Amino acid sequence: MSSSPYTAMNAVFDAIARQAPVPAARLIKFSRRRFMQATGIAGGGLMLGFVLKAKPAHATPGALQPNAFLRIDADGILLYAKNPEIGQGVKTSLPMIVAEELDAAWDDVAVEQAPIDAEAYGMQFAGGSTSIPMNWDTLRQAGAAARAMLVAAAAKQLDVPLAELSTQDSFVAHAATGRRLAYTELAASAAEFPVPDAAALKLKDRRHYQLLGTRVTGIDNDALVRGQPLFGIDQTVPGMKYAVYQKCPAVGGSVASANIDAVRKMPGVRDAFVLEGNGKFAELLPGVAIVADSTWAAIRAKRELEVEWNLDDAAKDSWSNAEKKAEKLRKVPGEKRVADDGDVDAAFAGAAQSLDAFYAYRFVSHAQLEPQNCTAWWRDGAVELWAPTQTPGSGIRAVAGVLGIDPSKVTVHQARIGGGFGRRLYNDFMTEAAAISKRFGGPIKLQWTREDDMSHDLFRAGGFHQLRASLDEEGRISGWRDHFITFTHDGDRPVSGGDMSRGVFPAGLLANCRIEQTALDWKTPCGAWRAPGSNVFGFVVQSFVHELAAAAGRDHLEVLLEMLGEPRWTGKGDMRSLHTGRAADVIKLAAKKAGWGRSMPEGRGLGLAFYFSHAGHFAEVADVSVDANRKITVHNVTVAADVGPIINLSGAENQVEGSVVDGLSTMLGQSVTFEDGVVQQSNFDSYPMLRMPHTPNVDVYFIDSDHHPTGLGEPALPPLAPAVCNAIYAATGERIRTLPISLEGYSV
Amino acid sequence: MLRLNVNGKVREVSDAEASTPLLWVLRDELGLTGTKFGCGVSICGACTVLLDGTPVRSCSTVASAASGRNITTIEGLASEDGELTPVQQAWIDIDVAQCGYCQTGQIMGATALLKTNPDPSDEEIDTAMAGNICRCGTYLRIRKAIKQAAANMGESA
Repeated sequence: MSSSPYTAMNAVFDAIARQAPVPAARLIKFSRRRFMQATGIAGGGLMLGFVLKAKPAHATPGALQPNAFLRIDADGILLYAKNPEIGQGVKTSLPMIVAEELDAAWDDVAVEQAPIDAEAYGMQFAGGSTSIPMNWDTLRQAGAAARAMLVAAAAKQLDVPLAELSTQDSFVAHAATGRRLAYTELAASAAEFPVPDAAALKLKDRRHYQLLGTRVTGIDNDALVRGQPLFGIDQTVPGMKYAVYQKCPAVGGSVASANIDAVRKMPGVRDAFVLEGNGKFAELLPGVAIVADSTWAAIRAKRELEVEWNLDDAAKDSWSNAEKKAEKLRKVPGEKRVADDGDVDAAFAGAAQSLDAFYAYRFVSHAQLEPQNCTAWWRDGAVELWAPTQTPGSGIRAVAGVLGIDPSKVTVHQARIGGGFGRRLYNDFMTEAAAISKRFGGPIKLQWTREDDMSHDLFRAGGFHQLRASLDEEGRISGWRDHFITFTHDGDRPVSGGDMSRGVFPAGLLANCRIEQTALDWKTPCGAWRAPGSNVFGFVVQSFVHELAAAAGRDHLEVLLEMLGEPRWTGKGDMRSLHTGRAADVIKLAAKKAGWGRSMPEGRGLGLAFYFSHAGHFAEVADVSVDANRKITVHNVTVAADVGPIINLSGAENQVEGSVVDGLSTMLGQSVTFEDGVVQQSNFDSYPMLRMPHTPNVDVYFIDSDHHPTGLGEPALPPLAPAVCNAIYAATGERIRTLPISLEGYSV
Repeated sequence: MLRLNVNGKVREVSDAEASTPLLWVLRDELGLTGTKFGCGVSICGACTVLLDGTPVRSCSTVASAASGRNITTIEGLASEDGELTPVQQAWIDIDVAQCGYCQTGQIMGATALLKTNPDPSDEEIDTAMAGNICRCGTYLRIRKAIKQAAANMGESA
């Protein structure tokens, strides 16, 4: 087993994405070798922190730089944001944590994207809603260490005891004499003091926070509204040419022949060539590259490109075939029993009432608005890349592997990302750009078109669930069985987000619960899509709980709270563990704020759903009208959440509002289908996005809990679809068991 | 030479670019990368620029069609000394952006809307902005920022 930081990163990410236990032994082994250590979080979970020893490679003399997260000198205070910014707000929220403990005034602070440097920063990635929980301790310590050194320098300069000094708004103050020293004045002398031991630092009580929990505008907003070049697609280097890459529409196809000579003669075209690739879909698939003087010249030439594909090994995936198979399989037990608590058969035999239901949902695409792109410059046996990647570390490894060079020869400059949603965890655009630059012999910017992007995604897999549950004499859920029909690439392991084997609701809450899985072979790549697994399991299980409540003639809210029972952790209290008390609190809060139980006009209803993912407890109530033509209006969505203390309130509310819109957009009409392995959708006309006129009002309530702060990029999304479907049921009595709901005739 | 009036300055590009979409001339030839490529078929709005004050999709407007007209891109909104327009300022004050990629198109669309309708209702904003996709779902904040910009413009008028 390799002990590279990338291995460790992937282990953590993979574990979180699959909601699996973080492989502790592997991380601890890694930590001894490097500078990472495992630290406990509330409830006894395992999270990562750093001992702040690593000096940044870019340290400058005369500056206070006790760690890689900040630099203070006579010119000002600079904070480094370590992780990729994909719209989740970490370029603002992570430095805010440092500034709070530093007692720096936010207006005095400048923020830069940190270089990719595993020694200084450890794992740098955007995935699994982990940036806040994984860096909370480290960043607080980073700020506190610098603050302690500044106070020590001030004590010496003023010749007063440390205890008489306080810090506020980037100054050290001596209250007795009214003297104040700016951090910028103190930086050089503070740098002479030893860096304090992280464990010895006294961190603030959060009741004394001045910055955290307030609303702060995004650190890049000024540059954004001026149109400054922040994104991957905006990068340019001297002498750069523009490249496009045509791959086989069906994954696995290779180039048999192509009109390369004709393409080379087209206006503005510099070169065209075939890349054999390494056959791995997140790395380099075979295709034809065209390099031209402008993006348009390259796109125009690509339209004239004619390729004959060898389809012997190409995907033959077909959604309609998958539906036919599922229709047969749902009538028989699943291949594997992945969870089996209690005695489900006995529960069913003794049931007062039982209910069967078949749920299905389609594949969907990430469809981030910035199409894939990457600028690469191969020279002298090394390559430099400007990349909008969520995982720069694994990008380096993939590029090195494809080019056959050492990872130390790969430099990645992190660009701001025009939407991640999980798509840019996979770095095919980086390896393609690197390979094209190497073959061309100069710097190129690779640009995918929207059509390239939609046909070569790593899709959120579709799936099917045959459910049965029983109710006892009192109308309580006594048994639950889910036969989940999912997909597999390797004939064994389910695809990313397509595995229910680890603690999916209501497992752990019901005495008798069985989950069976059958995986259909599928070649087209599937990948992590915002809240993997949870984004569809939430719809299925939270809709079915409502069905059961309705069948029992009971209030949905009451049934949900009954399932949760007494307040307790259902697991180890880590990222994967639902706390039933936190869950009940958000459910009750959402219900109260939405006016649950009030009478609604004809054709209008309230729908409730709860889901736990990525350490976030979320309940949502949707207020929906449905007309005679099944046209729906989502008036309002009330969201109650417990993610521990909030870092940036504005950013946090924005994530929740956006998750509601994303959830609604996806459930309404998004569907990717395949025939002969070829994606049938190509652009936003065949893959519609929600637009402003159909956006509901969103009310967001955060419970100010003392738990460890956790991430917000994902967990607000899963409850949206079931809340809306449950509201449609409340309004009409019609149960929706298929996503997108356009397949059942609904529209906005 | 094809002469284009971009943000108050005359810029020359080769005749060969006459049939190139304005988007790629702005981005690749003139280095104005603030205008974004989203769909290439004028259904997402990321590439919105103003032609004589009217919003157009630059991905589907050939460069020659913009010749002789005033082209305004996101880079041309702020004053020479860097002062932001009320629309840009509202985008910062409301903290609209998540990833921020679509916001160029949103800001250009909002700028054009407020020029013709200085006090739009929610419905008028919805109608005017329906052609702009925000994949992150910041529509509520876009609407709020437009209303704030309208209010601020009304006060200073």
